[in-house]
Amino acid sequence: MATATPTDSGPAPGRADLGLPSSAVQSVRLARYQFRDYLNSRRFILMLAIVAALGAIFTALVGYFRPAALLSTPDTFYGALWANGVPIVIVFAGVIFGGDAIAGEFQNRTGYFLMGLPVRRAAVYAGKYLAALAAALISVLAFAAILIGNGVFYFGIDALPLAFLASLLLAIAYLLALLGATFLFSSLFKTSTYAVLVVAVLFIFGFGILQSVVTGLVKIEPWFLISYASPVIGYPFASSLPAHVTVMRAASGAVVDTLYAPTYLEGIGIMLGYFLLTAVGGLALFEREEFS
Amino acid sequence: MSGPSLETRDLTKTFGRFTAVDGLNLRIEGTKCVGFLGPNGAGKTTTLKLLTDLIFPTRGECLIDGIPVRKDRKSALARCGVLIESPEVYPSLTPYQALEMVADLRDLAPAERRRRIPESLEEVKMTEWADKKVGKFSKGMKQRINIAAALVHDPQILILDEPATGLDPRGMAEVRDIVRSLKRRDRLILMSSHILPEVTDVCDEVALINRGRLLFHETLDAVTARFNSAGATVDATFARPVSDGDVDRRVGTLPGVSRVERLDGRRLRLHLPPGLEQEASLLKALAVLDLGLVSFQESKSALEEVYLSQIERGD
Repeated sequence: MATATPTDSGPAPGRADLGLPSSAVQSVRLARYQFRDYLNSRRFILMLAIVAALGAIFTALVGYFRPAALLSTPDTFYGALWANGVPIVIVFAGVIFGGDAIAGEFQNRTGYFLMGLPVRRAAVYAGKYLAALAAALISVLAFAAILIGNGVFYFGIDALPLAFLASLLLAIAYLLALLGATFLFSSLFKTSTYAVLVVAVLFIFGFGILQSVVTGLVKIEPWFLISYASPVIGYPFASSLPAHVTVMRAASGAVVDTLYAPTYLEGIGIMLGYFLLTAVGGLALFEREEFS
Repeated sequence: MSGPSLETRDLTKTFGRFTAVDGLNLRIEGTKCVGFLGPNGAGKTTTLKLLTDLIFPTRGECLIDGIPVRKDRKSALARCGVLIESPEVYPSLTPYQALEMVADLRDLAPAERRRRIPESLEEVKMTEWADKKVGKFSKGMKQRINIAAALVHDPQILILDEPATGLDPRGMAEVRDIVRSLKRRDRLILMSSHILPEVTDVCDEVALINRGRLLFHETLDAVTARFNSAGATVDATFARPVSDGDVDRRVGTLPGVSRVERLDGRRLRLHLPPGLEQEASLLKALAVLDLGLVSFQESKSALEEVYLSQIERGD
């Protein structure tokens, strides 16, 4: 074995002298570059195209049919279009920005570049999440801008209800939760295609189908499904909230169907729970993933 | 006082039933360049990945500057520049932005950043591409960016996994120049490579592994001495064909020559006792024979000889 040679390069620095930023700062800095990458990518253009298409469909339908009930008040207008449209935007944003966020690091080999740097995996995970959140938020705000533009056309510039702000905050909470869930699923794979496919099928169709099965066949409240929380986004516009449980009976008195609507607390609880659990779960998976 | 160091202790990594690294104990300390050698599948890249926390040991541990990598990767990698398995840079970033990201994550001061980023790009000859998007670059160009990213903070320790991969001959020569320049700046470099002349050219020590086990870790001088004790062979090339008579009567009878093999009409392999003095005397004697000597070189480098014998013994 070779003998170690003493050197004049000085002692290895203590851990406090390493001159690295905190992990939180590293996350934010990494997010900035990731966000720049999103802005320059085709996926961002695709997302904006989806938002533009959805906005154009809504604009054209309302403009052509002028439904009286919808245009009766700003609350009914936003309650119908925003509350039903924004969950679709959020699901697509989650799939497009979060679907392969982690899996792509393995498949595209960009992870080898990042993980050779002195950053904790948690900082990388958080940085990528923040970047995806920022890109998704731009999509949500673009959709909001289209609808507000329509609202101003029909009701004037002063008619934007305060409820819209509350609804926007709920939409952001839904986005946080859904994006967390897409990151969790993305952490399960090392291949972008599988990750995006699974996330897309699950979030665009899977949760909806599952919710129908749970309520229709199993007959229980689907409090454990993220999609169940989405109607809460429209609650700020409602004059009265829907009944939590509606039992539909036949003339004979037999139960035909039971409908569930989340309470405010339930909806927010589901979003918060999904956000926390998927953050912990996704990070735990990423911490154990090897770049082999 | 202690210099930069890299250490593996009883390092073991298994993938299912396959043991890629098997109880590897390796300690490298000080400022030097260590060539990490081994045949394909020997466990070189796996070891470097374990050292940099890209994968995790089944048993044992890795330490950089005495800091356990698994417990504190951030501190352990703080003074390291790492290049493993030709990574990809985010395609929409330019080389300058990619290095800016590295500088940001390492918290380089603005003045140092302004100096180091152009310097690093210049070092890998990518200055004129600094503002073009990486996505369209060739493999070799991307590898140059990866090398620049490993150098941008002027690291004390460099862990390089076949850094010349994907580079053209000029690029390979430039990598050797970079490594030499880093050596002059007192750095610890651990470099895996398949190219033995490259290792001979730039490394002070070599560590050879096969089947995940360390076969030896010695200075290059020690390897040369070990080889030379067994005798040397040199290949001589002549401008015109050498007749059998000349081989038997003139070349074969030169002092120190124990055997002569004919490689082809103009090339001979000569066996002689160990020692550079012997080779020098033989060269002088061959030159005066007026057979048109045009080249004279060791048929295999000492490192190559030891490499092959050790690997064969292991197999």
